[in-house]
Amino acid sequence: MTHALDPTAPGRGTPAVGLDAYADVTRSDAALRAFLHGLPGVDQVGAEARAAQLGTRSIKTTAKAWAIDAAISMVDLTTLEGADTPGRVRSLAAKARRPDPTDASCPQVAAVCVYGDLAGVARDALVGTGIHTAAVATAFPSGRASRAVKIADVRDAVGNGADEIDMVIDRGAFLAGRYLDVFEEIVAVKEACGSAHLKVILETGELRTYDAVRRASWLAMLAGGDVIKTSTGKVSPAATLPVCLVMLEAVRDFRAATGVQIGVKPAGGIRTTKDAVKHLVMINEVAGPDWLDPDFFRFGASSLLDDLLLQRQKLRTGHYSGPDHVSVV
Amino acid sequence: MSVFEYAPAPESRSIVTLRPHYGLFVDGEFTDGGGEPLKTVNPATEEVLGEVAVGTDADVDRAVRAARKAFTRVWGPMRPADRGKYLFRIARLLQERAREFAVLETLDNGKPITESRDVDVPLAAAHFFYHAGWADKLDHVGLGAAPRPHGVAGQVIPWNFPLLMLAWKVAPALAAGNTVVLKPAETTPLTALLFAEVCQQADLPPGVVNIVTGAGDTGRAVVEHADVDKVAFTGSTEVGKQIARAVAGTQKVLTLELGGKAANIVFDDAPVDEAVEGIVRGIFFNQGHVCCAGSRLLVQESVHDEVVAALKRRIGTLRVGDPLDKNTDVGAINSPEQLARIRELVGIGEAEGAQLWQPEGQLPDRGTWFKPTVFTDVTPAHRIARDEVFGPVLSVLTFRTPDEAVAKANNTTYGLSAGIWSEKGSRILSVANQLRAGVVWANTFNQFDPTSPFGGYKQSGYGREGGRLGLRAYLKES
Repeated sequence: MTHALDPTAPGRGTPAVGLDAYADVTRSDAALRAFLHGLPGVDQVGAEARAAQLGTRSIKTTAKAWAIDAAISMVDLTTLEGADTPGRVRSLAAKARRPDPTDASCPQVAAVCVYGDLAGVARDALVGTGIHTAAVATAFPSGRASRAVKIADVRDAVGNGADEIDMVIDRGAFLAGRYLDVFEEIVAVKEACGSAHLKVILETGELRTYDAVRRASWLAMLAGGDVIKTSTGKVSPAATLPVCLVMLEAVRDFRAATGVQIGVKPAGGIRTTKDAVKHLVMINEVAGPDWLDPDFFRFGASSLLDDLLLQRQKLRTGHYSGPDHVSVV
Repeated sequence: MSVFEYAPAPESRSIVTLRPHYGLFVDGEFTDGGGEPLKTVNPATEEVLGEVAVGTDADVDRAVRAARKAFTRVWGPMRPADRGKYLFRIARLLQERAREFAVLETLDNGKPITESRDVDVPLAAAHFFYHAGWADKLDHVGLGAAPRPHGVAGQVIPWNFPLLMLAWKVAPALAAGNTVVLKPAETTPLTALLFAEVCQQADLPPGVVNIVTGAGDTGRAVVEHADVDKVAFTGSTEVGKQIARAVAGTQKVLTLELGGKAANIVFDDAPVDEAVEGIVRGIFFNQGHVCCAGSRLLVQESVHDEVVAALKRRIGTLRVGDPLDKNTDVGAINSPEQLARIRELVGIGEAEGAQLWQPEGQLPDRGTWFKPTVFTDVTPAHRIARDEVFGPVLSVLTFRTPDEAVAKANNTTYGLSAGIWSEKGSRILSVANQLRAGVVWANTFNQFDPTSPFGGYKQSGYGREGGRLGLRAYLKES
């Protein structure tokens, strides 16, 4: 048995059991490997066809208006550049608070995502807004550093005021089959996070196969990640619809098996309202409406917000404006 | 109610011009029929779409004579490459008028617009493109040099894929140099008549394609006409047997594509999420009005509960309703007669002790509808495991070993298609070799392509359509 399903689905009576039921699975490298390799495979052609099929849903008028606002409220507004400065981060925070300065009914975004050293600037600029401060850590984006350095990176970011940490897994270890190493590192990072929320970046563009994405998703969830995230945004391909599909199936099955609801965050490559709406449709029909919530779904993006705002203005006014009607950062 | 309700997204029907009266298409012109006209109805709304002429024996005779004349004087002697040009022209016109065909098909048949738009019409065009390419290469179909057409082909097609079945029949017949008299289904004649307009638009010589609408009597007249050389039929096994009897003892060549009761076999090492998609596509695609529908789910006992639970959850997300809405997954049942047949067999299933399950939700008040339905606890002795329902009704059976799966899958009087779900390639190949079915899909279902032959074993009929094999059915050695 590996495939866990929604306990509320008809025809299934077993109750949710909590994370403890999987304690056995992580007791050794062999047990963890046996578990992960026992997960049902993903048929690549079928998964891509399913994602494409969901992408053909026609979301119009009221549904589109709802989707745009929902998507805005799920954005992790991100800047991860070597040239980031406190000024840029403050500018980003201002935009996060009031994405559309001309329209007070426009929702604010979920979080601002920055490098750890700028987390304090972001937090100060977001005080009292309810917007989260997310920081990437663990030798982001490659993750190629000793565990001690990674843990220090996390502590530093949390100390600077981040209440959400976006870590990267050790893809080298994962691809070499050292699953327990990856697992233990996530556990250690989670501990270093304290009360901060942990998003685990799988960097699916380096894992390459959907089977590996499914295994890495389960690994990250078993290790205590609060959110599984596709990508750093520094590797191509970043977030794709089929990858997101496989991860949504994983969180759905994980909740069915344990009762614990894990979030999903596609990041990188989602630039248009159309893309965002496709993701929302996919959440709705694959994981279920419980995930249509900024606590359980985020878009890691920078330019996406601008297109969402333009489309929002179009719905409101009936005509397209232009890039100058959206604030730059 | 989800927080995310999809607003209605109806495809506009303004692109279609409905006529109050439709005639027969004989010798390049629309003419009246001698019979009492019948009404064709939108099954989703019960709206009468138009009155359609009914061809009598005399009308059919007129059509066959036109086809014979066209065969002898124009189409038969024509340079093969020129025949190909006409077919390419028809294929392009089908693409140009794709939206019109899709909307009309959905209005007349009740299938979701996404299916007529994304499956029926593009595949119909693809069949013409494919066979257009064959027209001047007939030396290579495997019948030796310069194979010859039969002459006049009499073709009778069903209501489940009206335009697509027309394409399966007409494209190879014309490519091989035959002329045709085609009888569309009684309940879905409109896209065939729109196709007749395309033939005019393409300047196809008169008499090459003749379309005679009507019900069973008209079809019988086409099949039994003495000057028809080749008969092709897609439809029920019962009618197929009648046709086989009628044709017996004549010089006519016959292909039959009849019913099915396909097994969709899910092994315990299957990719479960994709298998669930394949099960859904297998039985709920086109409301289950598919002769090769995966109507028997054979699932390995060790994963039965998981697969069935996942399947039910997935079926709960299917959107049943207005076929013109671009978000509709399951449309209307094509006719009250078919609905009655589905209800009868579902009633028998319940009476025999199988467990019926249907998702929550309301069906529209008007029109003919049936909810996606799953029967569990079905055994090979149940009628719903043996009889073709031709509706959105899935029977779930279990097996323990691959041998048992094969034995149960083959335990049917039909043999049109089958599906295998497993991540193990060697198992797929071994099981596929043992299945007595014309098409076996591995880790997919209901995939069609003009290059791929399609047809059945046993009471699913004989002959193949599509690919080189399908083309050969319209040719003989010279």
